[in-house]
Amino acid sequence: MLRKVNGHEVNIEPIKIKDCDFPSPFAAGLEFSSPARGTWNIAHQGMLVPEAHEIFVCAASCLRGVVLTAYEMKAERRFSTVAVEEQNLIEGNMEDLIIDGVSDIIDQLPEKPPCVLVYTSCVHHFCGCDLDMVYRELRDRYPDIDFTDCYMNPIMRKSGRTPDQIMRSRFYSLLKPRDIVPGTVAFLGNDFAMDKNSTLYKLLNEAGIKIHELASCTTYDEYQEMAEAEYYIVDYPSAKVGGEDLEERLGGKLLYLPFTFSYDEIRKNVETLAEHLPITLPDFASEEQACEKALEEVKDVIGNTPIAIDYTAFSRPLSLARLLLTHGFNVKSVYADAFTGEEKEDFDYLCENYPDLEIWPTLDAQMRFASDRKQTDLLCIGQKAAHFNSAPHFVNLVENAGFYGYQAITDLCRLMIDACQNEKDIRTSIQKKAWGCESCI
Amino acid sequence: MKQTSRILSTYSADAFGVASSLFELGGMVIIHDASGCNSTYTTHDEPRWFDMDSMLFVSAISELEAIMGDDQKLISDIVKEANRFHPRFIAIAATPIPAMTGFDAESVAMQIENETGIPSFGFNTTGMKTYVSGASQAFLKLAERFARKEVSKANNHVMNILGLTPLDFSTNGQCESLCKLFTEHGWTVNATLAMNTNWEAIENMGTADVNLVVSATGREAAEYLKETFGTPFVECVPYGKALTEKLLDVMEQLSQGKDASIDFAFENDTNAHDFIIGEEIASLSLAKALELEHNRHFKVLCPTNEGSLLRPIDRYTPYEEDIVDALEGAETVISDPIYRNILTDQIRFIPLAHEAFSGRIYRKDIPNLIGDISYISEKL
Repeated sequence: MLRKVNGHEVNIEPIKIKDCDFPSPFAAGLEFSSPARGTWNIAHQGMLVPEAHEIFVCAASCLRGVVLTAYEMKAERRFSTVAVEEQNLIEGNMEDLIIDGVSDIIDQLPEKPPCVLVYTSCVHHFCGCDLDMVYRELRDRYPDIDFTDCYMNPIMRKSGRTPDQIMRSRFYSLLKPRDIVPGTVAFLGNDFAMDKNSTLYKLLNEAGIKIHELASCTTYDEYQEMAEAEYYIVDYPSAKVGGEDLEERLGGKLLYLPFTFSYDEIRKNVETLAEHLPITLPDFASEEQACEKALEEVKDVIGNTPIAIDYTAFSRPLSLARLLLTHGFNVKSVYADAFTGEEKEDFDYLCENYPDLEIWPTLDAQMRFASDRKQTDLLCIGQKAAHFNSAPHFVNLVENAGFYGYQAITDLCRLMIDACQNEKDIRTSIQKKAWGCESCI
Repeated sequence: MKQTSRILSTYSADAFGVASSLFELGGMVIIHDASGCNSTYTTHDEPRWFDMDSMLFVSAISELEAIMGDDQKLISDIVKEANRFHPRFIAIAATPIPAMTGFDAESVAMQIENETGIPSFGFNTTGMKTYVSGASQAFLKLAERFARKEVSKANNHVMNILGLTPLDFSTNGQCESLCKLFTEHGWTVNATLAMNTNWEAIENMGTADVNLVVSATGREAAEYLKETFGTPFVECVPYGKALTEKLLDVMEQLSQGKDASIDFAFENDTNAHDFIIGEEIASLSLAKALELEHNRHFKVLCPTNEGSLLRPIDRYTPYEEDIVDALEGAETVISDPIYRNILTDQIRFIPLAHEAFSGRIYRKDIPNLIGDISYISEKL
């Protein structure tokens, strides 16, 4: 599409999937920030650890986003900051700043928290800060408090674990080894509790298996009980390394059952679960039939309405695109800056069978000008797709929303019908931080 | 300890001040920082983000580029987008990591200007100072680069208003009220640096007879314009009727070549236990307005900048500890609602939300006090 920018016509365009490189279709460059704020950040995620107090040690520009996150989610009493200033970089006293700053805050708190999440930032990496010494000293000073090292270092994107992978593992680093209770499970790495009707939760629950998950814990003691789990179930791709860490440290076993919209993969994942836990296998045919029926119902309602999907709604946007396209839906575009390895098979399938599927970036500078007119004849799945298309008909959720398996398909169908029949206020809906989290906005 | 905040927020940072002050002017502003770090500004500090297609981007610097000192990628990325989007100017604002690695924003900007022919400037911001520092630099640069030298004075009650960003004035009509107020009193408002203004007005800033500085962010530009064009300036926000009258009188005198300013000192001795916490010029102006209209004496605690206008009874209070200490024995406090967290129940609290501190949280509650402080008066 052509847009007028400063008097010049600029072509804003996607790439067809057949022309895409995998896993990174777009060249790195200047980046735009969409006003869609529904995904969770590290301050939201840390608050899932019950009774934890977060202390961020960063420059003012980095502190501002997280301190206001805490205020917007009404968790400001569980949040403090230590400001890094220029003299700390010059004098090389970063270790003292962290130790004394964190101690000063703890001493001021009306009640000592059972655990403190200390977030350091990019500057600490670059100045060679001795974080091991810092945490040793803090643990010596406050033996009754559990400390863990958390990181807000978005610059570290190209070496080792990504910031998202690191943070989805750090929130379990406070778990202390205890006797493993055979037949118990813990869901790891999700911002949301598993939906009680999701395929995995339902099967485990029906089998009477004890389930732990961070988002459902209300006390620090309850959180610690997660360490008794025999199996760590991970369905979110970037949380897998956290499961591997726990496997090594606490001795349980990781079951990586990646989120998907593929019947075959769902079935395979459920069968994998059944190999380890005494669940009763569902009647796969009837589960699939229920999904087919739900998809038919959506199709009856939305017909040939074009559909746009973005990566913030589900961790497998290509899997979703494939499901919908193979059921006759008019999926026009997918918004994703990169794909996870789990998407490769779907990517190849779509390249071969739907080569003209549009792949749009969300970060590329051109996206500043993408949202130019209200599109009421488009159904979007995800906040960013809704924003870029100014589309009031959209499914508003993020990061799988606790969905899994057949339930993910049937519930998404229900939400698609609702989105098709009812407009949402884009501005209000997408600008709240952390969909599903408390917010004063 | 000075650098810790148990519960208070953090003021918007210098790089965001650069972005806010240049937002509406058709330029391309690049925050030189890691991927995603622009979202803090665009979420909390920029109420215009959803509605205006301003070219504000982040460079998405990675660890390899930082360690290797690879400025060429940044230059290439900016040149590529500049050739596509044709911005009026290009501005680069540095942040903590570029500051650590010795990134030279001005030299990089010079190279970009050489390659594109587009006026470019770099700000060696650090992300460790407040927005006042960044916005000051940006307004100064605008004046230096774009205010045409070959202009003559209008000598016809033409004024500029300097120091306007949503960080201090939100988008709730205060800018419009300022223009209306002065227009109704016979002034022609040229540039409103930099909200709701047009480019030609910026180029014609030198024609003004008087500059009005409404926040500390406009001070450096005002000093430059005084030095370059001989334009006198006065620092004040016209809060309430009485102060507005005084200000209009001062501006009239200045336009006639006389020396005049607003005297923020109390007219009577005081042992004030009442405080305003906030930006320097806005807080002093409100204190003066309350003195003139209610004979109430408020001290100012200014966390945003050291403040050359601050009176001996006022304090620069950049840290939570400073503010807690200064408020001992306080009876009334006017400030952003976030400060309520450090106040005892005995203190009378009057909320006055400040976007540079609490971001968008209380945006809808920010009052417009231009020419009328009844919102505060009713709560005294």
